[in-house]
Amino acid sequence: MTAILKSYALRLLPQIIALAAILLMVSFVFPGFFRLEIQNGRLYGSLIDILNRGAPVVLLAIGMTVVIATKGIDLSVGAVMAICGAVAASSITSGHSLAMTLVITLGTGILCGLWNGVLVAILDIQPIIATLVLMVAGRGIAQLVTEGAILTFNDPGLIFLGSGSFAWLPLPVIIWLVFGILVALIVRKTALGMLIEAIGINRQASTLSGVLTPVLLIAAYMLSGLCAAIAGIIAAADIKGADANNAGLWLELDAILAVVIGGTSLLGGRFSIAASVLGAIIIQSINTGILLSGFPPEFNLIIKAAIIVFILVLQSPPVRNAFTFVALLRASRKPTERQAR
Amino acid sequence: MQTIGDSLLSATRIDKVFPGAKALDKVDFHLRRGEVHALLGENGAGKSTLVKCLTGAYRRDGGTILLEGVEVDPRDTFNAQKLGIGTVYQEVNLLPNLTVAENLFLGRQPRRLGLVDVGAMNRQARALLENYELDLDVTRALDSYSVAIQQVVAIARAVDLSGKVLILDEPTASLDAHEVEMLFRIIRRLKARGLGIVFITHFLEQVYEISDRITVLRNGQLVGTRDTATLERRDLISMMIGRELAAEIRAAREEPDVTGPVRYRFKDYGRKGHISPFDLDVKAGEVVGIAGLLGSGRTETAEILFGAHRADSGTAEVDGKPVQLSSPRRAIAHRFGFCPEDRKTAGIVGDLSVRENIVLALQARRGWTRPISRTEQNRLADHYIRALDIRTADREKPIRLLSGGNQQKAILARWLATEPEFLILDEPTRGIDVGAHAEIVRLIEGLREKGMSLLVISSEIEELVAYSTRIVVLRDRQHVAALEGNRITADQIIEAIASANERGAA
Repeated sequence: MTAILKSYALRLLPQIIALAAILLMVSFVFPGFFRLEIQNGRLYGSLIDILNRGAPVVLLAIGMTVVIATKGIDLSVGAVMAICGAVAASSITSGHSLAMTLVITLGTGILCGLWNGVLVAILDIQPIIATLVLMVAGRGIAQLVTEGAILTFNDPGLIFLGSGSFAWLPLPVIIWLVFGILVALIVRKTALGMLIEAIGINRQASTLSGVLTPVLLIAAYMLSGLCAAIAGIIAAADIKGADANNAGLWLELDAILAVVIGGTSLLGGRFSIAASVLGAIIIQSINTGILLSGFPPEFNLIIKAAIIVFILVLQSPPVRNAFTFVALLRASRKPTERQAR
Repeated sequence: MQTIGDSLLSATRIDKVFPGAKALDKVDFHLRRGEVHALLGENGAGKSTLVKCLTGAYRRDGGTILLEGVEVDPRDTFNAQKLGIGTVYQEVNLLPNLTVAENLFLGRQPRRLGLVDVGAMNRQARALLENYELDLDVTRALDSYSVAIQQVVAIARAVDLSGKVLILDEPTASLDAHEVEMLFRIIRRLKARGLGIVFITHFLEQVYEISDRITVLRNGQLVGTRDTATLERRDLISMMIGRELAAEIRAAREEPDVTGPVRYRFKDYGRKGHISPFDLDVKAGEVVGIAGLLGSGRTETAEILFGAHRADSGTAEVDGKPVQLSSPRRAIAHRFGFCPEDRKTAGIVGDLSVRENIVLALQARRGWTRPISRTEQNRLADHYIRALDIRTADREKPIRLLSGGNQQKAILARWLATEPEFLILDEPTRGIDVGAHAEIVRLIEGLREKGMSLLVISSEIEELVAYSTRIVVLRDRQHVAALEGNRITADQIIEAIASANERGAA
């Protein structure tokens, strides 16, 4: 058991180091960065803000990780966020109860995922093209739902999902924490994780071994749709309205980036949800850090890009190999190969 | 030591160390002018490492290489080519979409006024290929020709570029008998021209047919270099695997008793464009061997039986009950198992560990909601690693890092873990070393004795004769003949393949 824990820690080490370094850097330019205080029964502070603001990308990254593990990609999640925000707003304003609204909205997200999954798994369309369809069409659908306007609402229950708090934490943080842990547990405590990795590495061999490839592929995209729906609800609840044009705009790229920073290969296979969540938090820390540090805003994107390039270089195969080589040299002092009889 | 006069390439005390393993340990290798020198050894013995050190693909860690008495140090394969050492690999490394002539002269096309002189290039290409008894349309794309022809084109290019040493790495692996003969004629011709040829293969027959001397490596060390003419086959095998194989091929077959009821019955089973409808019955404790030339429908037969491709005609029965085998999953539910021919693309899941590869099919059958516990996975993996003697550092090693034979055993373990009752093996011994080969043959016999039904496809007729209780002969995507009992001999099979035309569809 300790060996397994150790291997998890080792897997997450680069992400943890990167996150710590960024937080430390920000704290130099913005004193009081680590300060936390309790007001009105909830925690306030920059760190909490990062966890809160990062919620949509964290949620998208959870679904994206599983999709990417199957050697796929889901470009539509930003648009699905917009659709689901619009559906939630229009449902609640037309008088449905909060529970009904949530069911309809989450169902819409899952349906979007089903569409993507069928295109990929049944019609065998390349994932990047298949999901591009909904990425482009999705904002149009969202505009149809909101009838072109920003659809505002003032249902306290729905707003609570975006700005309420529970156990001293903002509700979005609770939502992604619980959901992330739930998905990670389901994936790792059942055989789902291994089967998904097998599909991502070698779909043909997996099918020939009896893995239900199409069903699992569709399920991966449906999970991604569900994640986008939750993210869409949070984003809409946060601004008390559905903005079909801007909700979740470009967030699919942040989600993909989070997965990559988390060390999951875009070629599919081995994945870690925890690492992707850390990746998303790293991205949000950079965003928040740049804002706090007071750089002129025109530098923001360039600084963000520079930091990300640095992280990616650290993870690149040549640099990694250099580290592994050192480790292997140490390990080679003890005999590793089982002696051939 | 050989004298400079007859020694063309002389490598002494070559060392190569990989992190955690010594791949070559002071290996000597001497190649004479005008000889075919077979380089043999099990997978992982160091054959390809040695070749890569000679061609500069790897930097050696110690030792000297003399070419015609002059010390050389090939930095990379390009450098080695210029020095005179050319290599042709099993997978032809040319550009299939370019013409034959372009492939021959890629990177050194004859030019006129700075432009490629296509006419001159084609003329030169034709002239070059005349030496190889090939009359090709050099302006056609390379991939419009068979693998054998592509191989010869690769050889022609390598010889034209290098011209002193030619290294052939498993050149015959995907060739049929006629093509091998053609290749050998060319090798003999090149040998007569004074080239030194290094020949790596798994086919011992071919070693005896073509080679003058044999060098055997084992576990990164030199076992010895012998003259082919005086080396007994049995001695060669024991040099390679370090132990006497009880019997390489069963000399006298004891007839197994297969009188049980038919368990698997396929009637008019077929799929258009893949395999003509055929009838097939398989009993418990029976090994049905499938013989036929490449492209005769062997793999197609296996795939349709396993549901990898859906049958569009006929019926299938298991124990008298009709069944639908429309997908691998359905077939697995009826306790079928299938080791595909192409291990890399259809067998192994490369980045997953040996353990995960072994439990994959069993886990897939149980469904994702009923995971096999880690303890049980470890037990299964350890059991099969021991039982099948899978050589791996530990069960968590990614399977792609294992040698071909060990990958094959792991795939077999994947199916054995599901406790199959009907196991379909497509070329289970292709491209694996002699030791693993014999183990797999023994394993097939052991499974049959336990009452399993097997269907085995192999292009090695001797091997089929060794373990089959019945042989089905295929030709032109039809099942044309069946041999049983004492009619199962290599001669009878060859005759059946050859004369199948007259008999028509059986």
